[in-house]
Amino acid sequence: MAQVRFRQAIALALADEMRKDASVMVFGEDVAHAEGPFKTSEGLLAEFGPLRVRDTPISEMAFTGAAVGAATAGMKPVIEIMFMEFMGVALDMVVTEAAKFHYLSGGEFTVPMVIRASVGAGGGFGLQHSQTLENWLVATPGLKVVVPSDIQSAYDLTRAAIRDAGPVAVLEPRALYGDRGPLIQREDGLLEIGKARIMREGNGITVVSMGQLVAKSIEALAGIDAEIIDLSTLVPWDQECVSASIKKTGRLVIVQEAPVSGGWGHEVLSLMVSKHFAELKAAPFIISAPNAPVPYGKDLEELYIPQPAYIKEQIAHYLSTNQVPTPWWTQRGLN
Amino acid sequence: MSTQHEVQSKRRSNLSDPVEQLRRMFEIRYFEEEIVGLFSEGLVHGTTHTCQGQEALNIGLAATLNPDDFVACTYRSHGFALALGLTPEAALGEIMGRTTGCIGGVGGSMHLSAPELGLLPTFAIVGAGLPIAAGAALAFQTRGENRVAVAVFGDGAANIGAFHEALNLASVWKLPVIFICDNNLYGEYSRIETTTSVVDIAQRAASYSMPSEIIDGMILADVIASLKRAIDRARTGGGPTLIEAKTYRYAGHSRADLATYRPEGELESWLPRDPLLVRQNELIAAGVLTTQEVAAISDQERASIAKVIEYTRNAPFPSPDAIFKNIWTQ
Repeated sequence: MAQVRFRQAIALALADEMRKDASVMVFGEDVAHAEGPFKTSEGLLAEFGPLRVRDTPISEMAFTGAAVGAATAGMKPVIEIMFMEFMGVALDMVVTEAAKFHYLSGGEFTVPMVIRASVGAGGGFGLQHSQTLENWLVATPGLKVVVPSDIQSAYDLTRAAIRDAGPVAVLEPRALYGDRGPLIQREDGLLEIGKARIMREGNGITVVSMGQLVAKSIEALAGIDAEIIDLSTLVPWDQECVSASIKKTGRLVIVQEAPVSGGWGHEVLSLMVSKHFAELKAAPFIISAPNAPVPYGKDLEELYIPQPAYIKEQIAHYLSTNQVPTPWWTQRGLN
Repeated sequence: MSTQHEVQSKRRSNLSDPVEQLRRMFEIRYFEEEIVGLFSEGLVHGTTHTCQGQEALNIGLAATLNPDDFVACTYRSHGFALALGLTPEAALGEIMGRTTGCIGGVGGSMHLSAPELGLLPTFAIVGAGLPIAAGAALAFQTRGENRVAVAVFGDGAANIGAFHEALNLASVWKLPVIFICDNNLYGEYSRIETTTSVVDIAQRAASYSMPSEIIDGMILADVIASLKRAIDRARTGGGPTLIEAKTYRYAGHSRADLATYRPEGELESWLPRDPLLVRQNELIAAGVLTTQEVAAISDQERASIAKVIEYTRNAPFPSPDAIFKNIWTQ
C-alpha cells in the first residue's frame, strides 16, 4: 500500500476527481503555481492547466462568491481557504448564498462546490491562525460540514465532498498535514458523508471526537474499554451511530478541540442526553480547550489543546467516580 | 395551453420589438404601483422594494442578453424579473407568498428566481451578486462558452468589499461579466455624497483597469446601445465592463420609507425625464405608434395587472411541507 502524507492524500483526491470529471476546478490563494501553501494541490497545475487550476487574489469574498457562481453555472469548484479564520470575510457567500441557492431557486439551481479550509491549533501560528471555528458553519441548513481525522478520511471525504450535489465544507486539521501513512486510493467504497466511524469498539464508555483529537483520544484510551467514535461529518452528524454506542456503554464523553462554549460538543451532548437520559449511568461531559484564544508559546499551546495524558486523566477520574471531572483551568484556579 | 416555460420564453424573445418593449415598461410601472397598494392592504408581508423610474434599465438589459446568459440582481428586482420574462403571476405570487410564486411563496419580494431565464435568485445582501456573477462568467470562460454574466447593483453596493474584490478578480481573469451600477442617488436612506468618495461610480473602474461608461439610465436606447458594446466586448474576450446608469428611485428605499429626506422638488425635477414618457414620445415621433395607440397599450397593461392581482388574491398559501423542501440537494 502506498505511503503518503495527509496533505498528499488531499492532492491525490483532487487529481483523481479532476481526471474523472472535467467540471471540477480548483482555485484559491497560491494553490496553482506554489501548489498550495500546505502543498495540498501538488501537481494539479501541471496536469490540468491554468483554466482549471487558478491562483486568486487575496480576496476570499470574491473567490468564494466566484465558486458559488461557477457551481451554479455547472462547474464543480473546489476552493481553498488558507486558514479557517479567513472564511470570516467570506461567510456571507458560504452560509447565506451557497447554502441557500437551491432553496431560493425552488430546487432548480444546485451549488456543487467544496470549501476546503485548514483548521486548528498546534502549529504555533498564533491566535488568528489556529482556531477550528466549525461552529460558524453548523447552524446553516443546506451546508454539509466534514472533518477528516486521518490520511484515509482526508482522501475519501475530499472525493465524497466533490461528488456531493450540494455545498460541502471540508475542515482539514492543519496539524495533520505532515502525517505519513498508508492510503487506499479508491474509486468506490469511500467513507460516506453523514457517517461516523467507529475507530475502536468498546463497552465501558462512548468517546466522540473529531479532527486531530481522534488520534489523541485513541492514544489516551489505550487499555481503557472505550468505544471511540470519529464523528467525521459534523453536519449532518450520525445520531444513529452515537445512539447505538451509548445504548451499549451508558456513558458519553466528547473530546473537542474548540473552546467549550458554543462548541459542537454541546449539540451532540444535549441531543443524546434528551434521547438517552434514562440509559445513562453518569452525567456526560465535554473535554475541550478553555474559553480563551489559542496562545502562541509552545508550552501554552500544548496545554491549551487537550492532550492524551489530560484526556486519559479526565476519563479515568470519570470512570472511577462516576463524577464529571473539573477541567485543568478550574483545578488550577485560573477560571 | 402553453407551459409556463413557453410563456416565459416568448415574453423574453418578444422584447426585440420596440412596441413590446414599451408595453413591458408599462407592465413594470403598473405592477410596482399596485404592489404599494397591496402592501397597504396587508397582502404583502414584511417588506418590499419597488423600482418605478428604472424601467429603461430593466427592459434594456433583458432586450440585449441571450436567454442562456446569467443575471444577478438585487432585492429591488421585480422589474428585472418581469423584463427577463418571469410572468407577473409568478412574480406577484412570490411577493404575496402564494404557491403560484416562482419559488412557491417561501422567498417573498426580495427573492425572485427564474433559472430558465438566467435569473439567479435575487440578492437581499448588498453586493453579494457581483462575485457570484463573476463566478458564472468564470464557468463560461473555463468551458469556452460564448455566454456572459451580468451583475446589477445599486450605488450603495459600490462601497462594500464585494464590489471591489469582484471587479479586481474579473479584471485579472478577464471574465465575460458586465457590472451595471444603477445609481439612483440613494443608498437606503442616505444620499450618495454622504457615503461615497466619488461622484461617478464609474470612476472606480479605472482602479481595476476596466473600461467603463456613464449612461442616462432613463433612456432605453442609450441603455441598449451601451449594453451591446459591453456584452460584445465580453463575448469577444475583451473582459469586464462597468456601466453606471444614472437613474432615480421614485419611491423610498422600502415600503416603510416615505423618503422625506429628499430635497423638495427633486422627484419632480426627474419626472419630465421619466423613461416611459421619453420612450413613448420617441415612438410617437418616429411614427411607430400614435398617441391613441400608446394610451391603449397603457390601458391594456393596467387591466392586465388588475387581472393578475385578482388571480393571486385567490391563490393558495403554501402548506407546512414547503418549509422542508429544497434545503438539501439530492
